[in-house]
Amino acid sequence: MSVTTLLAETGTITRFAGRFFREGFRPRYEWQELLYQCYAVGYQSLPLVGITGFIMGLVLTLRLRPTMVQFGAESWIPVMVGLTIIQELSPIITGLMVAGKVGSSIGAELSSMRVTEQIDAMDVSGTNPFKYLVVTRVLATTLMVPVLTLLSDAIGLFSAYVGVNMQGSTSLMLFVNHILGRLTYGQVLPAVAKTFFFGFAIGLISCYKGYYASNDTAGVGRAANSAVVAGSLAVFLLDLVAVLVSTALGLI
Amino acid sequence: MVKPMLPTPAPAAAAPLPAPTEAVLTVAGVSLTFGDNHVLQDFSLTLNRGQNIVVLGKSGAGKSVLIKCIIGLLKPDAGTITVLGQDVGALDHAGLDRLRTKLGFLFQSNALYDSMTVRENLLFPLRRQWLAHTPTQENELVQQALTDVGLADTAALLPAALSGGMRKRIALARTLILRPDIILYDEPTTGLDPITGREIDHLIRAVQAKYNTSALIISHDLACVRLTADRVVLLAEGRCYAEGTYAELSANEDPRVHDFFI
Repeated sequence: MSVTTLLAETGTITRFAGRFFREGFRPRYEWQELLYQCYAVGYQSLPLVGITGFIMGLVLTLRLRPTMVQFGAESWIPVMVGLTIIQELSPIITGLMVAGKVGSSIGAELSSMRVTEQIDAMDVSGTNPFKYLVVTRVLATTLMVPVLTLLSDAIGLFSAYVGVNMQGSTSLMLFVNHILGRLTYGQVLPAVAKTFFFGFAIGLISCYKGYYASNDTAGVGRAANSAVVAGSLAVFLLDLVAVLVSTALGLI
Repeated sequence: MVKPMLPTPAPAAAAPLPAPTEAVLTVAGVSLTFGDNHVLQDFSLTLNRGQNIVVLGKSGAGKSVLIKCIIGLLKPDAGTITVLGQDVGALDHAGLDRLRTKLGFLFQSNALYDSMTVRENLLFPLRRQWLAHTPTQENELVQQALTDVGLADTAALLPAALSGGMRKRIALARTLILRPDIILYDEPTTGLDPITGREIDHLIRAVQAKYNTSALIISHDLACVRLTADRVVLLAEGRCYAEGTYAELSANEDPRVHDFFI
């Protein structure tokens, strides 16, 4: 992709985002479709996010333990793991999982609707397809990624507790108190806030890729693929921005 | 599964309808260009109430573009399109939505929503148009539309479970459920075997007879043209190259017109 193409694509996505804000908050509101999309994005992604969250917490704890023991800082394992999971790992892993599962699904669904003229049929039926298809999906990912991240945090911390107890013995209450006692709002809130942006970017990019897919069957595959790639890249870029902003504000 | 549908009236060639006079659709001097491709150039036609006009033309002649301009999915560069007395180009989105309740559009690909059952597909336009119906009324409307197209038992099926001809009928049922004044058919028999294609042609005639609808039919299937057209318009180089009844055009000796009727 040339620089010119990249800039043109960025401009088009920005206009697409502008249209989202213009049309998204004007009636008619598609509450029923929004609730369904929240269910599709949130509930149906939960098993995947839960499993990856559990493995993430367990692996991190088991990997950290020898080093922490070597430095005589075994008691710091809960805080270390807790901070890493809440601030970085859980938001990133959840974002990537949603970009992979939901982003590809949205990209493929909208592009196949474009190819088979279902989007035009919606327009002809008196339905604004942008509001019905795009706004609801972008809002659903924006709202659900933070929820999934919080659930992933909880599952990750629980698996970290399991990891700690595999080679030692700590009560759940002590483990939780140890983590909560060290966490500040300044550490937690930016981590939660950035996941709204992750969700927004994933939804927006995958909808854009699907909505403007080329009008052939190959376009469906390209839309699904590029939705995942661009969505995942956006998660990393936004995370970098979030870290830089947090550092500048003295929140880290 | 296929039940008897609407009684089929005699083909147009055998029993032409009385000449209608009230124009329900007027396309006046419409031009549309994509890049260097002049798809439509000063194209005009008039469709009267209760009349079927078939627009005939080669692939890529601009037939589907014309129909999308009429429904408001594409905006012409020049000219006006008047549907039921309203200038399509001057309507805002809400006005266009209101007008579209009077306009049915049968897509070439049928455009049935894959994720919805047949019943949900039929209810979608009904509910989206803010037309208040009780569940009983909705059931009656769905059942009536499905019976009209001879597929009364398919309400619970997904589009993937239907054959090409059945999907076409369901798409027509979805169009009929809003009781439109005008139906736009985009190549209604494309991709269907000849027998199923003729069934769809007869169905188009039957719908016209039962609901007194007017229709603009895009096609390059001669059998479809012969069975469904009250008048035929030949679209070539973006213009209305010839116009007349099927009999008139098939007797036309202009090579360009004649080539279509060989």
